[in-house]
Amino acid sequence: MSTVEVVVPLSRPAGDSYLEVPRGFRSWLVTTDHKRIGVIFLFATSAALVLGGVFALLLRAELLTPGRTIVGPLAYNRFFTLHGVIMVWLFMIPSIPSAFGNFLLPIMLGAKDVAFPRLNRASVYVYAAGAVIVLSGLVLGGADTGWTFYPPYSGRTPTSVAPIALGVFVLGISTIMTAINFIVTTHTLRAEGMGWMRMPLFVWTIYATSIIQLLATPVLGMALLLVALDHAFRLGVFDPTVGGDPILYQHLFWFYSHPAVYIMILPAMGVVSEVVCTFARKNPFSYTAIVVATLGIAFVGFLTWGHHMFVAGMSELDVGIFGALSMFVAIFSAIKVFTWVGTLYRGSISLDAPLLYLYEFLFLFGVGGMSGVALASPSLDVHWHDTYFVVAHFHFVMVGGTITAWLAALHYWFPKMFGRHYPQRVAALGTLLVFMGFLGTFVPQFLLGNAGMPRRYYDYPPEYQALHVLSTMGSWALGGGLLLTAVYLVAALRGGRRAGTNPWGSRSFEWDTPSPPPQHNFTEQPVIARGPYDYAREEG
Amino acid sequence: MLALRQAPEGIARAEAADSTSALAGLGEVGDALNQALRRILFLPEQASTFAARVDQLHYFELGLMSGIAAVLGCAGIWFAFRYRRRAEGERTPRVVAPLWLELGIAGGLLGLFLFWWLIGYRQYLHAKVAPAGALEVYVTGKQWMWEFAYPRGRNSQGVLFVPAGRPVKLLVTSRDVIHSFYVPAFRIKQDAVPGRYTTIWFQARTAGAYRVFCTELCGVGHSRMWGKVVALAPGDFERWLAGWNPDAADLRRLGIDLDGVLPGDVPADEEEADLAREGQRVAAVRGCLRCHTVDGTPYIGPTWRGLYGSVETMTTGERVFVDEAYITESMMDPLARIVAGYPADMPSYQGLISAPETAAIIEYMKTLWGPVPPDSVAPPPPGGVPR
Repeated sequence: MSTVEVVVPLSRPAGDSYLEVPRGFRSWLVTTDHKRIGVIFLFATSAALVLGGVFALLLRAELLTPGRTIVGPLAYNRFFTLHGVIMVWLFMIPSIPSAFGNFLLPIMLGAKDVAFPRLNRASVYVYAAGAVIVLSGLVLGGADTGWTFYPPYSGRTPTSVAPIALGVFVLGISTIMTAINFIVTTHTLRAEGMGWMRMPLFVWTIYATSIIQLLATPVLGMALLLVALDHAFRLGVFDPTVGGDPILYQHLFWFYSHPAVYIMILPAMGVVSEVVCTFARKNPFSYTAIVVATLGIAFVGFLTWGHHMFVAGMSELDVGIFGALSMFVAIFSAIKVFTWVGTLYRGSISLDAPLLYLYEFLFLFGVGGMSGVALASPSLDVHWHDTYFVVAHFHFVMVGGTITAWLAALHYWFPKMFGRHYPQRVAALGTLLVFMGFLGTFVPQFLLGNAGMPRRYYDYPPEYQALHVLSTMGSWALGGGLLLTAVYLVAALRGGRRAGTNPWGSRSFEWDTPSPPPQHNFTEQPVIARGPYDYAREEG
Repeated sequence: MLALRQAPEGIARAEAADSTSALAGLGEVGDALNQALRRILFLPEQASTFAARVDQLHYFELGLMSGIAAVLGCAGIWFAFRYRRRAEGERTPRVVAPLWLELGIAGGLLGLFLFWWLIGYRQYLHAKVAPAGALEVYVTGKQWMWEFAYPRGRNSQGVLFVPAGRPVKLLVTSRDVIHSFYVPAFRIKQDAVPGRYTTIWFQARTAGAYRVFCTELCGVGHSRMWGKVVALAPGDFERWLAGWNPDAADLRRLGIDLDGVLPGDVPADEEEADLAREGQRVAAVRGCLRCHTVDGTPYIGPTWRGLYGSVETMTTGERVFVDEAYITESMMDPLARIVAGYPADMPSYQGLISAPETAAIIEYMKTLWGPVPPDSVAPPPPGGVPR
């Protein structure tokens, strides 16, 4: 088995790409093409990132001084609720799976499309409906419960909890549709020669993510529906004054929302695995270890939700068990970090923008992950719980990890999706600005948490102000970096120079079709005869 | 580390002897190191017997993690330089991690993580299981203040008085939504959940005042749901239990600075000249001023400036003349008639404030009219109350 590779004609006439055939705006509205759906999700989730980012900047501006700076306490509570809801459900959860997963998974498997193309189209419309419902809640005044909707407060607040909880419920249905599609596609549409242990690591992470989404999202949907009913009709499932139990809600919520953390980070890890191999021209230090760790995270991630509740009044035994299990899940992430660094060893390393983002990812995710290990030590969590330390921790993982990897994916696959290059030097500057802005925003928050500053505080004692000012200034740099990135990428959509089929010299399968790919990905049924990371000097 | 193995009963006595610190074994050097690290990390003072040990686990984990991260980071940067691409189309050797290396890293890290977990969990159990003979205090959170009740009958709002050097067990609950009782200087935190009691204990090392925050989002007043713990010398605490009401000046004489620990609602120690001044003090202590301003700005509730004697429109559309009767009703049964435009959030003070205190608050409100004076208390208006 040496020479048969993915069979595609290498030169194609221009204008044959999925972007241009079929033509017309309407063809995009009714499309079932996984690539177009991926692009639609990319733009929709990017818009959500902008909206969530504006709220983040407003929050940071408010915290510039103690007491009132620009808005009152109720508006502040609404802002951080919307920031959380938009970032988690409209951006973070669909960002990589629904955009890059949709675009790449079938191509990487050598398939023409996903298993259920019309279900895929429906997922776009359901996402849009969910987004409209959530945003209508925003227009109606927004909720002030935080993205966690903890009862009994969420049942009693006069703000519009119900539409936002319902909107999140609908978004969950979109997620489940996508998850079913990816799981079935991976099982049934792999091309000839594409064995399970030959699949690109990105496919593995999307597959594992889909399993989590399928199993956990219904629990969230149920819990949020009950919150909406509690709020609208004083049903009282979670309200102790009528016999309900608020701690039950926390169990249900975190049973979804802790695995949801892995829904957000696993696809990012898949991106990192792809980027490190392509830009080091190197096989992964251990493919098996990454696959095992991916599945391990997906499984053990279901058993750690209680670490969000160490001070909630759980039994001491529960605290011990959840603490220990949280340490186990950290091992899998640690193995991955070691494997990525090991992959660089003896590679042929080119520091393009995606790899710069990868280095930032390794650092930020490393710090975020290690602070997570510290938080799983129960006595330390007692001090840090619901302080800025936790805020810093999950922003290091979610922004430093997921958004950095999302930016790496955007810069890595931009030529694949749109067939164009972006300006490399400007991109490198953008990575640096994003990185410095990120550190400036969130490192002070670790120290604020150490000092005892609680999260979700509109007002604070004056000696916390210096660190808050640093953090706010960092947020401006981070916002500036992201704005710069948006500007040059949008400009490159039309004005970028043509990239050619495989600008990075990658061996991964998606680069074997033209960039951008033709409407049906391949002109003939591809046969896979090598691994996706086959950079070795001698065929072995 | 040795202290971790002690039974809960022995803890209080052992901790009285020293700060049970591994760094304490190093004597003054350890102490200096502890203080230096604490300041670098912006940690608050270690005011409970529990705090120093938690901080040591913090230093231990942070130090070792920084070491591991530095090794990995240096390796990554060195690889980027050493193995930079020298020619297009370079191919690379196939390198695969040997199984012993993977298992070694995974096993080693797992051992380390579980060791940290073990220390942290033992410390956690220590903080949860109060020693026998601890003073029990009932803590109730409500939007947006803390109430403390003592078995011998006293109670207090906003300020938790405890004896220094003696274990204090808190039985925590909430009257409305979930709150969380957090004392950073003690490194303890416990959610206050309506419908159940949760417990935590601490022992303050010395007399002093320490800040209390609510750390569970509980509504619009959450970020001002502050309180204080005042640890008194045992003799002073007995006096307090017997009915002594120290003001800020009394506490300052004991070396306890209330406003230094948290900008507070408790006004400076002035002579209680008249009922209005007493009303101002009561309004601050009882938490009224967290929601009602006195400078004319509407906040969570209507401002008190110009409120007495005005005619307000209620949520029902009814127009109500704000007099002693309406004010008293609003304190005792606040949801009966709510001024339009404000949330139905005010808690009832029925049974919580005495008749003289109610009168004092009303007298204070009567003094709040006209533009904001430079002094915080306006003189009573000549010739009655303006309309």
